[in-house]
Amino acid sequence: MPFREVMEAKYRDILTKYIKEQSESTLYIGQKFSRKSIENQVTPEEIISLHKMILQEIYPDMPEYVVHSFDILLEIMLGYGFAYREHQSLRNQQKELRSEIEIAANVQQTLLETKIPSVEGLDIGAISVPARLMNGDYYNFVEDENDCISIAIADVIGKGIPAALCMSMIKYAMDSIPANRNEPSMLLENLNRVVEQNVDPSMFITMFYGMYDYARHVFSYASAGHEPGFYYDGKKREFSEIYAKGLMLGIDKKTKYRQYEKNIHPGDMIILLSDGVTECRTDEGFVEKETLLNYIRKYIHCSAQEIVNNIFKDLEKLQDFQLRDDFTLIIIKRRV
Amino acid sequence: MENQSCVNIQTEWDIVAARQLGRNVAKELGFGIVDQARITTAISELARNIFIYANKGRVRIEKIYDKGHAGLRIVAIDNGPGINDIRLAMEDGYSTSGGLGAGLPGVKRLMDEFDIVSSKGKGTEIVATKWIR
Repeated sequence: MPFREVMEAKYRDILTKYIKEQSESTLYIGQKFSRKSIENQVTPEEIISLHKMILQEIYPDMPEYVVHSFDILLEIMLGYGFAYREHQSLRNQQKELRSEIEIAANVQQTLLETKIPSVEGLDIGAISVPARLMNGDYYNFVEDENDCISIAIADVIGKGIPAALCMSMIKYAMDSIPANRNEPSMLLENLNRVVEQNVDPSMFITMFYGMYDYARHVFSYASAGHEPGFYYDGKKREFSEIYAKGLMLGIDKKTKYRQYEKNIHPGDMIILLSDGVTECRTDEGFVEKETLLNYIRKYIHCSAQEIVNNIFKDLEKLQDFQLRDDFTLIIIKRRV
Repeated sequence: MENQSCVNIQTEWDIVAARQLGRNVAKELGFGIVDQARITTAISELARNIFIYANKGRVRIEKIYDKGHAGLRIVAIDNGPGINDIRLAMEDGYSTSGGLGAGLPGVKRLMDEFDIVSSKGKGTEIVATKWIR
C-alpha cells in the first residue's frame, strides 16, 4: 500500500503510543517513520499539519494556545521544506550532470584512442589513468612508413573537464600537421602555434615528443616543459634522466625547440611519464624519484606492459587508492 | 466576495496584506492548512521580490474554476527593471537574495502552474496557480 495512504494511521499510532508511554522503542519507530516519509517526499510542513490534526482529534479540548502555536511551527517549517525541496532538485541535477560527464569520458576515450604499435625488436607498454572521470593526460603512438614510431605524451596543467577538452583539441591539431613536419622539434613548434592561438591563455600544456627509428635504433626527441623521462642503460644497469629543454606549449608563439638524439642499444629502455607519476603523494610526501626507479627495477624482468601496470598498481596502493593527478606512464624496451 | 482582489505593494506591510488576502481566499476555496501555508508563502515570495527589486507593483488573487475544479491564481505584476536572464533566475541556487530554497524555483515548486513574462526595463509579470486536489 502506498505510504501516503497509511501515513496518517501510522503517525497516529506512534503518537498515541508515545503519549501513553515514553519508550525508546516508540522513538525508534518514529525514526523509521521519518526515513520512510523522506523517501516518499513528504515535506516537513505536511508532518506538522498531520501532527496538529491528530492531536486535535485525540484531545478535542486541547487549549487554544497549543493549537495556535502550530501555525507558527508550520510557517517556520515551510521555510525548511522550501530549502529541502531545493536540495532534492539540486541532487537530481547533480546526478544528471554526473551521468553526462560519464558519457563525455567515454566519448573522450574513443576520440583519443591510440594503438600501441607492435614492431620487431621493440616492446612497448603504456598506461593512462585519469584522477577524476576525464583525463587531462594524453599519449599517442603513430607508426609511419619510414620505419619510425612517433610517441607523444602530454599533460594539460589542471585536471578534470577543462583539461580534457583541451586535450581533445591537441590530438586533432597533431593529426592535421603534415607528416613531413613530424621531426620532434618542428612538430612542437607547429603545435605551440596552434595552442597559443586556440587555447585559453590560462591553460598550459607540456609535451614530450619522440621519434623512434627502429631501423637505426635512434631515438630523437624534444620537450615542451614536460616532466623529464628516464633512460635505462641495459649494459650498465643505470638510469639517467632524459634531459630536454623547452618552454611549455601556449606561452610564446615564437618558441623554438631543441632536438636531441640518443642511440638505443639492446636491453635499453625509455621511460616516459606525466607529473601524475612523480607527484604521487603519500602522507610522508612526494614519491621520491628513487622510489619510482626502484619499482621499475623490481619489475624489470617483466614485459613493458606488465611493468607499467604493476607500477600503477603499486603507486595507487601507496596513495590509498586516491589519485591526485592523472597518471600516464610509457615504457619502450629494446629487446635483447 | 468578488472573484478577484488586489493588493498594491509599496511597503513591507503590504506583503503582509497580500499574504492575508491570499490566505483568506485559500481558506474560502477550501484548501487544507498545508496548501494554505504554501500559497501564502508563494505570495510572500512574489510580493517580496516586487518590494526588493521593483520597489512597487501589485499582487492580484483570483478564484478560478475549470471543469468543476476550483483553484487560486496569484498574479504578481511590477514595472521594475525586469529579469535579465529568466532561465538563470529559474535555476536552483541562483537567487540573488541568497536565501536557501527561496526565489522563483521555490515558488514554482509550491504551486501547480507557473508562468513568467519579463522584459528588461519594462517589468515582470508572474502568474502562479494552485488547484484544489
